[in-house]
Amino acid sequence: MDRIVDGFERSTEGMISRRGFLGGAAGLTFALSIPGALIARPGAALAAGEVAQSIGAWVTISPDGAIVVAVPAAEMGQGSLTGLAMVFAEELDADWSRVTTTYPPVIPSIFGNPRFGGQMVTFGSGSVRGYWDKIRLQAAAVRRVLMQAAANRWQVPLAELHTEPSLVVHAASGRRLSYGEIAGFAPVPATMPTIEKAALKKTADYRILGKTTPRLDIPAKTTGAAQYAIDVQVPNMVYATVLGAPVDDAAPDRVDDRAALAIPGVLKVVPLEHSVGIVADTVEAAFAGRAVLKVSWSKMPADTYSSADGLKDFLARAAKLDDAGSSYVATGDVEGTFAKAAKVVSAQYSSEYVYHAQMEPMNVTAAISPAGAGAEIWIGTQGVSINVAAAAAMLKTTPDKIRLNQFYLGGGFGRRSPADMLPEVLPLARAMQRPVKLIWTREQDVKSGKLRPMTGHLIEAALDPKGKIIGWRHRIVGESVVAYRGGEKAIEGAKGLDGIVLEGSKHEYGIPNQSIAYLREKRGMGLAAWRGIGAGYNKFVIECFIDELAAAQKVDPVAYRLDLLQDEPRAQAVIKAVAEKSDWTRPRSDGHVLGFAYAQVVETYVAAVGEISLDPKTGIVRAHRFWVALDPGIVLNPDSVLAQTEGNVIFGLSQTLKEQVSISAGQVEQNNFYDYPVLRMSEMPEIDIQIIATDNPPKGMGEAALPLVAPCVGNALFRLTGKRFRAMPLSPERIKAGLAAT
Amino acid sequence: MAISFTINGKQASIEAAPATPLLWVVREHLKLTGTKYGCGAGMCGACTVHLDGRAVRSCQTPVAAVEGKSVTTIEGLSPNGDHPLQRAWVELQVPQCGYCQSGQIMQAAALLATKKNPSRDDIVRHMDGNICRCGTYARILRAIERAAKQEG
Repeated sequence: MDRIVDGFERSTEGMISRRGFLGGAAGLTFALSIPGALIARPGAALAAGEVAQSIGAWVTISPDGAIVVAVPAAEMGQGSLTGLAMVFAEELDADWSRVTTTYPPVIPSIFGNPRFGGQMVTFGSGSVRGYWDKIRLQAAAVRRVLMQAAANRWQVPLAELHTEPSLVVHAASGRRLSYGEIAGFAPVPATMPTIEKAALKKTADYRILGKTTPRLDIPAKTTGAAQYAIDVQVPNMVYATVLGAPVDDAAPDRVDDRAALAIPGVLKVVPLEHSVGIVADTVEAAFAGRAVLKVSWSKMPADTYSSADGLKDFLARAAKLDDAGSSYVATGDVEGTFAKAAKVVSAQYSSEYVYHAQMEPMNVTAAISPAGAGAEIWIGTQGVSINVAAAAAMLKTTPDKIRLNQFYLGGGFGRRSPADMLPEVLPLARAMQRPVKLIWTREQDVKSGKLRPMTGHLIEAALDPKGKIIGWRHRIVGESVVAYRGGEKAIEGAKGLDGIVLEGSKHEYGIPNQSIAYLREKRGMGLAAWRGIGAGYNKFVIECFIDELAAAQKVDPVAYRLDLLQDEPRAQAVIKAVAEKSDWTRPRSDGHVLGFAYAQVVETYVAAVGEISLDPKTGIVRAHRFWVALDPGIVLNPDSVLAQTEGNVIFGLSQTLKEQVSISAGQVEQNNFYDYPVLRMSEMPEIDIQIIATDNPPKGMGEAALPLVAPCVGNALFRLTGKRFRAMPLSPERIKAGLAAT
Repeated sequence: MAISFTINGKQASIEAAPATPLLWVVREHLKLTGTKYGCGAGMCGACTVHLDGRAVRSCQTPVAAVEGKSVTTIEGLSPNGDHPLQRAWVELQVPQCGYCQSGQIMQAAALLATKKNPSRDDIVRHMDGNICRCGTYARILRAIERAAKQEG
């Protein structure tokens, strides 16, 4: 158990002590290196006797010029590791070719994301948005320290110096010192200088940001060398898997472990709170043990729940206007406006539960110190400080006694934010008194999926005699992710409003009298945020409905939106760009049609056009091509924006056409990719993307375009068939049924 | 029982039950963790390796079936990670989360080994069993075309 460290003090792996590292914010410290971290190579280039300097908590500069930036965001494919390092390097004015990254230790007070109350978490497209100012100010302070050190050595005023990539230059005398040279002699000040935001680099002076930059994580992801948590091997570890409760939160009642224990290699069967752990010498033995384990479970209120019935209830409640729910937006006089409207247009939409289907099944490795007062955890997580806090609470210890080793995430999409693997792995590690590597089977990953909630909607518009929208009502019914994650207190504290479910329900259409309400349901399902958050269905509802209104007015849907968005120049720009690129007004032949959608998602402006065709016999929609135009403000890494947007179209098309988790008797009915299909290569459309960079603070990229795909398809289907398909997914069965209905 | 085979050019002898999926032998016994567990059902392709040059799903291949045969994993595809596909993968910045990419590359390498100039349809047909949840299909396709061109 010698790998278990109580905090960092006893580490013998070349890492400085936690105290020493923390001291970096206040004094001179030396090389930081965090064992188990991904790309921790600081010091690797150091010659004998040389030392690297940790300047501030965020960066280490070696005498040879190597720069290691601490990036607190998880890397799950979205490119934040490289993107945030680019932001730091830009403001430091670093030579990018010498920059690598490391994960910082879990010290939220230093490395937390201001957007999320200072937690070290990666979700909601919040990394660049949250760290943008914080990281630039940190980097600018380090640059100032380097410049001041050079000014002192040369005995010249600071104002006479400027920087070039990794160089401080005194133009008047022609003297230059590299950052590495300065790191070799300069003392780190007792306190870092304070930089005013106004002193930060101007966009026009950027050398790194805005230029396509190869991602730092990609080479290792082509050779098998990239390390995910599932790849960890710890000395003396054993393997475990679980048979999870078939109904969320149920507890094991009777466990018949005879057959499981008879399998060679199975060491122990351990009943847990909501699952039963099978521990074995090998993965294969643990999985085999799971297959023959017999468990009966406690009765749950959800035991009789079916999602098909639930959706009917949700839709009925959405339509019941005297049930007000929790008011999210209330502007003007909605009741009066609808009462006096010349016409009211009303529709009901819905979306099903969906599963993340991240490619790396849930897993975690953990070891508990012999006395039980500390733990080491190996995990790929979006919720770094959430996991540390949870582990400390479970072990009744303090967060400094928990060491978390972060890895690449084999897909996150919201699934890897909570600490929900710890209640399994920590008791198993304690029971075995050995490190335990817990791997869920894919089937368990599906059955215990933490789903995007199913939603039922009523959406209505009040029109004046000329057809202008004067009132808007949107009622969203579904279970609460916030309550599932944070308990009743969390949703009460938010006045009954679930910000995850409601995400994307606001729009920019400039309607004076608006009511948006959330009506919470309780069905006992396990829930999570899902790529696109609430916008994943809310934009389907809003953008299809806007299309309905345009069609009712016999106005072109693009022209209709441009008219509504007259005060939104950034929206106008993306809409016009995508209309032009897709040649929107040109009719297509061969049964192909176009559908359009616009939305602001995670503060990025996006417009999209999809070209589809339909086989009416099978109900199968074929997406041929998508055009996307988007304005995320300042673009950090253009190719990363393209890559994310391509992924958004594919992921979005998958949810639009295919994805649905159905619940029967409170249980997920699907099992694996054979009954939860996701989009494959043969189904992908051509994708054409236009980035419209503007000089605004950078906004979200990882899920911005995804919510537009479904309304593009729905709106195209209407133009093709004259029928509205208002229930997502737009699956072949539903389309056939819709076509057959009169 | 002991099962002997060649892995990335080296002899290996493994003590494992004959039905043990090759996947776990490669990953956990031999510590070659580039090959990934995705579904355990042959539905996603993340575990793809070469068995005597042919792409197989290691999660569906009992280790007994490789006795005396040659297995290649992503770690053994090229000496320095510089197979034309790997180079194209980096040049076109294909991976996002990256978890499926070992399987994608191994699946693609088996195609290029037998078909020097595959058509777009050939590629799609050959790659359709490999899921990429992040949605990198367009880049995978282009990278295979690029590698084929450079190899040919």
